[in-house]
Amino acid sequence: MYKSWWKILGAVLVVYSTVWGFLSTVPELPIIRESIRNLYFHVPMWFSMIVLFSVSVFHSIKFLRTNNPADDIKAVESINAGVIFGLLGIVTGAIWAKFTWGQAWSFDVKQNFAAISLLLYFAYLILRNAIDEEQSRAKISAIYNIFAFPIMVVLLFVLPRLSDSLHPGNGGNPGFNAYDLDSRMRMVFYPACLGWILIGYWIYTILYRVRTLEKNNALSS
Amino acid sequence: MKKTTVTFLMLLFAMQLVAQPQTSTLSDSLYASDKIYVVVACIVLILLALLFFLFTIEKRLKKIEKKS
Repeated sequence: MYKSWWKILGAVLVVYSTVWGFLSTVPELPIIRESIRNLYFHVPMWFSMIVLFSVSVFHSIKFLRTNNPADDIKAVESINAGVIFGLLGIVTGAIWAKFTWGQAWSFDVKQNFAAISLLLYFAYLILRNAIDEEQSRAKISAIYNIFAFPIMVVLLFVLPRLSDSLHPGNGGNPGFNAYDLDSRMRMVFYPACLGWILIGYWIYTILYRVRTLEKNNALSS
Repeated sequence: MKKTTVTFLMLLFAMQLVAQPQTSTLSDSLYASDKIYVVVACIVLILLALLFFLFTIEKRLKKIEKKS
């Protein structure tokens, strides 16, 4: 958490993927055209969100085992960071959809379920604020979090595949990697994902450390 | 750690060599006027500034953490 090499790596990867996201050549496809470059920016947001939510579940389980309040703070702050990435993902998705699918919100299954899974996590944050007693708040929200995570995974990766979706890779609609995510795009896409995940994790550690300091200050004053 | 960094940097270098210029709509319209680089420069500046900001926050946090 305190070492800086992976923060620098994340920064380098994000800058690299942004530069090459604009300058690299991409396959020429109808309708999507140059907006295929959004793949380097929109998709890593969701991947970062999922990684941050997984971190959160890990700490929620740890909290139930240890009852250590630090684990509870870790769980909340990783959700706080993850929700920001999720919101960015949904907004960038709407912008992209406006220019390729014709409407910002076309009630595509995956769009809807992404919105619902974000609401799940808003509910988590609101649930926490509704409980005053610290121990029971931590315990109840940890259990909620553990149940919310698999539901989020099902909503984002299972259900959209069972019905027609405009998203690539769902409902018989081949994914990018089927034919058009060629090796040139992978050279940018994978570093972009890793870079944004690292930056997301970094933001979470900063949030966690600020919260810990605030708590310590409140205790000592 | 150093080895990994060097390997990674070398990988990046190889990737740049792989990207050969080919005709696409972007290269026809925007590269022709050479102005896509303006956009790239702006975005990179914004990203670098934000990342720098993150690093300064990190530094300040470390200072406070040491004190308490």
